[in-house]
Amino acid sequence: MHIPDGFINAGTSAGAALIAAGGVTVAVKKTSRYLDDKQVPIAGLTAAFVFAVQMLNFPVAAGTSGHLLGGALAAILVGPWAGALCVTVVLVVQAFFADGGITALGLNVLDMAFVTALGGYAIFLGLRKVFPNERSSVVVASGIAAGISVVLSALVFVIQFAIGGNVDLALGSVLAAMVGVHTLIGLGEGIITAATVGLVLSVRPDLVYGARDLGTPLHIPKTSTAEGVS
Amino acid sequence: MKRQSSTRLFVISGLLLAFALVLLVSPLANPNPDGLNRVAIDEGFAGTETDHGMGDSPLADYAVSGVDDDWLSKGLSGIIGILATFALGLALFALSRKRSESNPARAKGERN
Repeated sequence: MHIPDGFINAGTSAGAALIAAGGVTVAVKKTSRYLDDKQVPIAGLTAAFVFAVQMLNFPVAAGTSGHLLGGALAAILVGPWAGALCVTVVLVVQAFFADGGITALGLNVLDMAFVTALGGYAIFLGLRKVFPNERSSVVVASGIAAGISVVLSALVFVIQFAIGGNVDLALGSVLAAMVGVHTLIGLGEGIITAATVGLVLSVRPDLVYGARDLGTPLHIPKTSTAEGVS
Repeated sequence: MKRQSSTRLFVISGLLLAFALVLLVSPLANPNPDGLNRVAIDEGFAGTETDHGMGDSPLADYAVSGVDDDWLSKGLSGIIGILATFALGLALFALSRKRSESNPARAKGERN
């Protein structure tokens, strides 16, 4: 999904960089309202884990691969704003690996960090409202939200391409191709996200931001009863 | 106290898992172009890609320059990336964390 330099013209890229910078500023402010000292290393780990998993391309169709974007995963683990910052950090480090363009950094921060973290988290919250309030719902909602977040990210790329694509192409065709392949990638994203959230929930449920409400006495999972009440 | 040490254990375990993924699973990663690059090729805008400004970076394309063995080169680059991301993340989140109300001077001083 990393947009290389050249796909999108300089003006649009610069505009995206400005919006991304504004987004990061807001995200820092919002994060500082809830992220406590204990969560700082957890957020750092979340970013590091996303970096690692982004190296693991999985096959999605003939001659095509995909990898985790991780915004929804990070948002569910550490909150939407900190989650967006996690993927932003990953993208900055990846520039040194020549992955994702440099002038395209702002475009990528919007597509891969903010759209997936904020959009993915909004979908996650919506699903949690309709699902029963239990641990397995959190896992399923994580997977579905993460999968859809990849398609959202692809849609925002198409908007960026419509505004500043360096070649004039039939947008409908680009849109169909982007949504098609990213629906498949979204399946992988959903599976990896659900598995990771499930793993953390089984080890340290208190570290999952999107499952903070599960500690309430009415819905205590049997293993954490003693600690949850106190 | 116990919570704290178990959080530390969690973070260390998480980093080790990330190391294991880049060392053991990344050699199996699919080398084909990813979704966007595939669409760019099929739809005919792949040619607009320009050279990457960091293309000569010693870590370009997830390989460490000077390390000839592919597996080691990729694995090492992954470990460097994980540690760099963790360090940068810690720095950013330390600046973005909730300040304790009792120490406004310190909070203010760290702002800039």
